[in-house]
Amino acid sequence: MILTSTLPLVARLHVVAAFLGPWGLPPNASEHGLALDHHLLLNLWIALGLLVLIHVILGVGLLGGRRAEPADLWRVEYLPLAALAILFAFLTVKAERLWAAARYTGADPAALQVEVTGEQFAWYFRYPGPDATFGPTRAQLVAPGEGNPLGVDPADAHGADDEVTSELVLPAGREVDLRLKAQDVIHGFSVPAMRLKQNAVPGQTIHIHFTPTTPGTYAILCTQLCGLGHYRMNATLRVLPPDEFASWLASKRRAAP
Amino acid sequence: MSPADATRQQSFFRSRLFTTDHRVIGVQYLVLALVAVAIGTVLSLLMRIHLVWPDWPLPLHGPILPEDYLALVTIHGTIMLFFVLTTAPQAGFGNLILPAQIGSRGMAFPFLNAASFWMTAVALLTLLSSTFVPGGAAISGWTAYPPLSAIASAGPGQAMGMDLWLASIALFAVASTASSINILTTIIRNRCHGMTWERLPLTVWGWFTAALLSVIAFSVLLAAILLLFCDRHAGTSFFLPTGDLVNGVLHRGGDGSPLLWLHLFWFFGHPEVYIAILPGMGLTSMVLANFSHRRVFAYRTMIATTLLIGFLGILLWGHHMFVAGLNPFASSAFSVSTMAIALPAAAKVLSWLATTWRSSPTYTTAMLFALGFVSLFITGGLTGPILAQPILDEYLHNTFFVVAHFHLIMAMAGIFGLYAATYYWFPLLTATRSHPGRLLSEPLGRWHFWLTLVGAYATFLPMHFTGLAGEPRHYAQLTGVPGAGGALSPAGALLSHTLPLNLHITYAAIFLACAQIVFLFNLIRSLRRGVVAPPNPWQATTLEWHPAFNPFLAATASHIQVIAVHRAPCHYQSSPSGETFLPQWEPDIVVQAALESAINPKPE
Amino acid sequence: MPATITPNKTEPERKRRLEDHDNGSGRRPPTDKRTGGGGDGDNWNERSRGHRGPYERLHRYRMGIFFALASDLMFFVAIVSTFFVNQSTGHFDAYNHYVNEWLPTAIPPILWLNTAILLLSSVTMEIARRNMFRETDVMDEWLGLGKPITRRALPWLSATIVLGMLFLAGQWVAWRQLAIQQIFFRTNQSSHFFYLITGTHALHLFLGIGALLAAFTGLYVSRQLETRQILVDGAAWYWHAMGILWLFLFGLLAFFQ
Repeated sequence: MILTSTLPLVARLHVVAAFLGPWGLPPNASEHGLALDHHLLLNLWIALGLLVLIHVILGVGLLGGRRAEPADLWRVEYLPLAALAILFAFLTVKAERLWAAARYTGADPAALQVEVTGEQFAWYFRYPGPDATFGPTRAQLVAPGEGNPLGVDPADAHGADDEVTSELVLPAGREVDLRLKAQDVIHGFSVPAMRLKQNAVPGQTIHIHFTPTTPGTYAILCTQLCGLGHYRMNATLRVLPPDEFASWLASKRRAAP
Repeated sequence: MSPADATRQQSFFRSRLFTTDHRVIGVQYLVLALVAVAIGTVLSLLMRIHLVWPDWPLPLHGPILPEDYLALVTIHGTIMLFFVLTTAPQAGFGNLILPAQIGSRGMAFPFLNAASFWMTAVALLTLLSSTFVPGGAAISGWTAYPPLSAIASAGPGQAMGMDLWLASIALFAVASTASSINILTTIIRNRCHGMTWERLPLTVWGWFTAALLSVIAFSVLLAAILLLFCDRHAGTSFFLPTGDLVNGVLHRGGDGSPLLWLHLFWFFGHPEVYIAILPGMGLTSMVLANFSHRRVFAYRTMIATTLLIGFLGILLWGHHMFVAGLNPFASSAFSVSTMAIALPAAAKVLSWLATTWRSSPTYTTAMLFALGFVSLFITGGLTGPILAQPILDEYLHNTFFVVAHFHLIMAMAGIFGLYAATYYWFPLLTATRSHPGRLLSEPLGRWHFWLTLVGAYATFLPMHFTGLAGEPRHYAQLTGVPGAGGALSPAGALLSHTLPLNLHITYAAIFLACAQIVFLFNLIRSLRRGVVAPPNPWQATTLEWHPAFNPFLAATASHIQVIAVHRAPCHYQSSPSGETFLPQWEPDIVVQAALESAINPKPE
Repeated sequence: MPATITPNKTEPERKRRLEDHDNGSGRRPPTDKRTGGGGDGDNWNERSRGHRGPYERLHRYRMGIFFALASDLMFFVAIVSTFFVNQSTGHFDAYNHYVNEWLPTAIPPILWLNTAILLLSSVTMEIARRNMFRETDVMDEWLGLGKPITRRALPWLSATIVLGMLFLAGQWVAWRQLAIQQIFFRTNQSSHFFYLITGTHALHLFLGIGALLAAFTGLYVSRQLETRQILVDGAAWYWHAMGILWLFLFGLLAFFQ
């Protein structure tokens, strides 16, 4: 059985390698992802380089004949440490700048507002409707069977026009401001192709913002253990060109009662 | 039963079971860890098998359901981290070797020591018993994040299984704290004459720092467990936000914060991984020096870095929470402190490289495993700074890249440290009053080492790539939810790309587990028929090889002089006639000669 | 001191304990011949204080208790930090107003009296502890003239036990008073903490009274001076630590809610 299953394995590996980017990363589709990928690859190459270098030193040291023990503390210990310190400091500064750009500031005021709610075991996305304001939600009103999984108050003026979908649809090239919420337990909102990951914590609203660039269909995963259906807590992100997005939004509104 | 049998039985209970002899307690801890590691390995194999062959039914159980998979994850993690990687190096070898290495006859509080062991044993039984209660074992992972762990309706296993999990870990925390108090007091107060702090072997420094961390960290975990228990059963809301709706059960109460649990848990959890690895680091230093016939390079720096790693280890728990809802500024601060700990760790690696550099060491099995520790520590450690950068965590958090990282640096390096210790100290482990210690078989040991090394790398290196490809942790299946007509959803497409590599990982994991059968065979055979070890088989310089600490030699020697330490460990010298070594306990020959000549001046 | 005075054999020969070859009379220091732990072949003058002589065992136990107390301190640090975090946590209500529902629990006035009692008990305990080390009495015991140390320390220890029980009774009264006002453990966020903090502290004092009773019994039963010293000294340090801890916890509950 092992033999029969390994043969196609090799063939499949080639297919996989052809599909994926360098180091097996799924292709990036967001604006900030380019710099992130670049930094990640830099880190991976540095780690690989150091890994090989240290193992070569270890191997050479073990294979060579016996000599007097090294005594120069500065050359053996402090100088390499200083070099590593500089390297790590460089990486830290670079990473912190990227992090600051992604997280220190909020989204542009003109960004598209979408609310993301995680509950066992589905993601729901809410668009604020024409009034650009999310209506209040109440836990008492939550009724997934009746089409109100978030407990939006239909009597409220802001809530009446809110659109709730189970698929995240976004326009390409426009910044999105996601407000993450969780109804029951902690969930992890992750879009690998967008290089995006943030936990949704019950009782908190967490904002993240990003700009999708490439139209396409992408996977949304849950990356924080949330219960027995954790593995199937997936959703789809559809990035549309701006005009298609506008018509999708309009059709949604017409469909709404 | 005859009276003689009764006495013999009583003496068996006294000397083997309910004993306060630190050596026997150490062996008890090691046996407990061996049982635990066997169970934990089987659980991990079941997970690997389920991932690539989801339909395979577990005999006597049936198909593995998603909740079963998560229970496997939880119990595997809990057992391995608490009952193997914390118990075996710190409590097991700590009890067996530590007093001897500082020249003490025993631990400071023998009774407390025995009590710690029995509490640990009860904790393990409690944890295992949770599998058999209604709903099964807990499914919230070893980190037990609330509200999943705080509300019984959140999933199967979150009712009684979770209660038993909490009880088990609370008990374990108390036992570990007691055991660490014992270790700290022993090291500080029971050192023999001449054993100054700078002469302490690095293993003792490892145990010391790990014990300090235990004393600080475990009581925080205990407090967190108490609060969570109140949330579950006393109607409080320390970790529960108001209006939390889990499976139709609405929580009305005060404003708790789930993030608070993360802070408390990781304040314990991060030092915990250093508790697991610090004794192994110390042992590696000593074993490398022993078989390289060298001093440990930069001994004082090694002591300083051990303490520094311990100190920084309590300041960087937030790096587990970069994308968990932590303030982004706090993430930056924790990122810097995490990057900083790479430096003392690198200093250790440099010292190991310098110690072995051009030393043409003796390749005993213990030495091989110590070298394997170095290799795995480097491989696992280099991904540490990558994960310490919050922006990269944005992609890598909770993927298999993290799983690969901590399995290499903590689990595999930790296990290699334990194997090095077992092969190195086996003569002391097996020596009794009536029989000298035995050695484990070296040829079998070499087979065991190479198979394990290959298996470890073959299992955990590819996990980096499935992680980079986007595979998250804790996923019971990698197919996603099929769309209309069985079409792959985008998630399914993303995840199923990792299946070929996952198949390979599963084969490698099975290989790695099978390689351990060589060790078990070696262990069982050598216990009965191993080569009888000479008093100091490795030409070691540390005190545990002093005849007084070998029960067999101590029982047969006619008199044993006062033990005192005269120098730092690892006193090896190359001379034209060959390698010489001077154990810590041997008095200086020059001084002795000078004294004798002064007392006994011979007229010439 | 040893070997300068030949003791008179007024007391019968005692069975020597295997553990330390010491009957507690101070005649012989605890020895560990094989490891040089202050034994006959060892030069005491080269060892630092506490590593030699009759106090070796005492200092060992004292150190164990200090580490245990350090660990316990971390337990309370964790609970107190939870207190501050929960105190400052609020939530957004249905109308998007941020509300913080922390209602401070007014502490029952009897806690002031309890605090005074606990402080007084620490004083009596310290007197009992110091009486264990009075040199003239130690010398009397060493000479075999009865147990003057027990005689001196026992009343103070008894006083501590009574005061400790009074404190616990006072805490019980405080809980009853709150219960009459319909404030229970599960009533609100701050009452959780009031009961949790006073409860865990009371549990610690309960254990402390257990230790005091053990010391009390030890004073009667044990003929070894060192054992009695260890029992009283250990119980005293634990008791003092719980007293100081209570001052902080009381201050927290009284002034920082």
